[in-house]
Amino acid sequence: MFSRATRLTRTLPVRVAAARASPVTASLARRTVTTNAASAQVDKSSVPQSEDEPFHVTLSDESFETYELDPPPYQLEVTKKQLKQMYKDMVVVRQMEMAADRLYKEKKIRGFCHLSTGQEAVAVGIEHAINKSDDVITSYRCHGFAYMRGGTVRSIIGELLGRREGIAYGKGGSMHMFAKGFYGGNGIVGAQVPVGAGLAFAQKYTGGKKATIILYGDGASNQGQVFEAFNMAKLWKLPALFGCENNKYGMGTSAARSSALTDYYKRGQYIPGLKVNGMDVLAVKAAVQYGKQWTEEDNGPLVLEYVTYRYGGHSMSDPGTTYRTREEIQRMRSTNDPIAGLKQHILDWGVAQEDELKNIDKEARSFVNEEVAAAEAMAVPEATPKILYEDIYVRGSEPDFIRGRILDENYYFKQ
Amino acid sequence: MSRYLRPAARLAATARTSALRPATASPFLSRAAVIPGVQRRTYADASGVKEYTVRDALNEALAEELEQNDKVFILGEEVAQYNGAYKVTKNLLDRFGEKRVIDTPITESGFAGLAIGAALSGLHPVCEFMTWNFAMQAIDQIVNSAAKTLYMSGGIQPCNITFRGPNGFAAGVGAQHSQDFSAWYGSIPGLKVVSPWSAEDAKGLLKAAIRDPNPVVVLENELMYGQSFPMSAEAQKDDFVIPFGKAKIERSGKDLTLVTLSRCVGQSLVAAENLKKKYGVDVEVINLRSIKPLDIETIIKSLKKTHRLMAVESGFPAFGVSAEILALTMEYGFDYLDAPAARVTGADVPTPYAQGLEEMSFPTEGTIEQQAVKLLRL
Repeated sequence: MFSRATRLTRTLPVRVAAARASPVTASLARRTVTTNAASAQVDKSSVPQSEDEPFHVTLSDESFETYELDPPPYQLEVTKKQLKQMYKDMVVVRQMEMAADRLYKEKKIRGFCHLSTGQEAVAVGIEHAINKSDDVITSYRCHGFAYMRGGTVRSIIGELLGRREGIAYGKGGSMHMFAKGFYGGNGIVGAQVPVGAGLAFAQKYTGGKKATIILYGDGASNQGQVFEAFNMAKLWKLPALFGCENNKYGMGTSAARSSALTDYYKRGQYIPGLKVNGMDVLAVKAAVQYGKQWTEEDNGPLVLEYVTYRYGGHSMSDPGTTYRTREEIQRMRSTNDPIAGLKQHILDWGVAQEDELKNIDKEARSFVNEEVAAAEAMAVPEATPKILYEDIYVRGSEPDFIRGRILDENYYFKQ
Repeated sequence: MSRYLRPAARLAATARTSALRPATASPFLSRAAVIPGVQRRTYADASGVKEYTVRDALNEALAEELEQNDKVFILGEEVAQYNGAYKVTKNLLDRFGEKRVIDTPITESGFAGLAIGAALSGLHPVCEFMTWNFAMQAIDQIVNSAAKTLYMSGGIQPCNITFRGPNGFAAGVGAQHSQDFSAWYGSIPGLKVVSPWSAEDAKGLLKAAIRDPNPVVVLENELMYGQSFPMSAEAQKDDFVIPFGKAKIERSGKDLTLVTLSRCVGQSLVAAENLKKKYGVDVEVINLRSIKPLDIETIIKSLKKTHRLMAVESGFPAFGVSAEILALTMEYGFDYLDAPAARVTGADVPTPYAQGLEEMSFPTEGTIEQQAVKLLRL
């Protein structure tokens, strides 16, 4: 099934077409999947009046590249309502990240803060392809995922502000956010990958037909334990959708400077791979839907690569300009932005009028502002031993006491 | 002579006779037959005590927990078809099938992470490391992914997992296979850490670990796997658990408190008997059982009686379990000490291969005795 010959016939035409269309694309052979966020097409006459009636979108044939795998269907069924929801979700995530950026610069957020501005299509596209009963685990760049998994903006911002009503009660911070079906928010680069394989293992063990979305960056993809997880996932046919969010840079080290093979979707070797235009929320949705079906049919794992781009630095302390040019950032922002791309589609296809989108933008902005205000109004955790020492162990199973800085500060659970 | 020091042959004979006793004998009646002061052997016979190796006790604990809860499964290198590198998981594959007894590739960081993921998802994995030396490849997962997640999530994401395997030095296996990790894991908030010595310890602590909703590290000892101990009728039951954070006084005495754990408990008991014989002193031996939480109360209570304390362990000396015990003793019991507390530990040296050198690297009964003599100024 996965013979080399078959693969070549499948992938070749795309490359040839790309090369023919533009010699520039050919010279950038490492990223042959387009990052055009508005490359899908629709027969405008097929767009229904009704908000809930499905119609078909045809994705660009440069949306995917595959490794030992048939590509997903290029036809994606969507409704007007879904498209608008995806748009709204991406706008909210971006507004939320921009709010975090502002709060950080106002020195209200402590420590590390990694923003996903520019990468919104990945978190949003994935959530629109899976169910709440599916599992997601990701790295420290987790705010968008936490929101899409059901965390509220106020709880996420509240967490960044170290508030008691934050999503992790002020105990986790920027990198550690959890929700139902969302397993963090993990701060050790690459360590979440075998943990994610374990989530998939548990699904298989309990017989639940779910998908596990496991995300890591192009930087993490060189960690040994990523390959350990691949091995076990393939060996035991786990329903794991590994996904490398390739934003081109692991901190300040470009993919080409860190990875002997930058085709991250091929790095599963014996696991079929799928490279996806991660700037196009529709391509992400199509790919993950396909992946979910793949794992549900007990075909084992897949390695996806979401080709994306982060506009900001690695973290708030990184201006993000020493290892890449301002022109590169500007080019991605102005020509490949996931939000602008979907907006263009929505307008072109007559899904909504400009006014309606402007309204969504406005509402999202004021919604995020209100949520931020609510978060800022939240109380910080009381600096008491009770709160400091709670949840180190499951309640009721704690040791008699926890040691403080000095003996007088020892905290006894039974007062 | 303490019941723990009887030669194995005599114990085996005891076990055989007890096994021949009619199964219908009421445990209530047997208990009623116990008369204080009567030789322990009689007590053992009458109450259905059987001889167990530590290996068998661990095996029974695993089998019982696998039997009682579908969420429990065991994974690790060679745990299934090979029957366990040290045969602790013997016959479990036959009994519970390959869904629940899983051979992993040699990929510690990977399978520890995978087991943690399964635990986060609600299962109760038992993750076996062939030895704890190899778990250093996975220590990030144990510390960062297992121990800290509950706290980092604000209490919403528990991780019910048991990590287990042989810890400490074995015989002639060289430096990379001869390390004691008690202090390493004992220093991590969010973990519970236990270290059994006897068969009862092994069974009760492992079962408690599997049932505990937190990540628990069970540090067994390869040199103890084949050792036999009497196992009480109570401990043979499938609901027997030993609570964490409670030390056991294995031998009571009034002149010196020996605080020890794992294999050193047995050595300390021998040393205590020798000290009694040679000098007539009564040494109290405390088997910690649990490293985190640590039962400081029992230690200080004993110190109040003996006024002298010595810690015995086989880990490296610096920043170790003994260092912690001595520090706690000073903090909680300084006024009760009649002499500076002392410690006997492994030497600060990568474990050598040659037998004579290896023997110099870890506490022996002689070292313990010698240090006690010095402390007691005998």
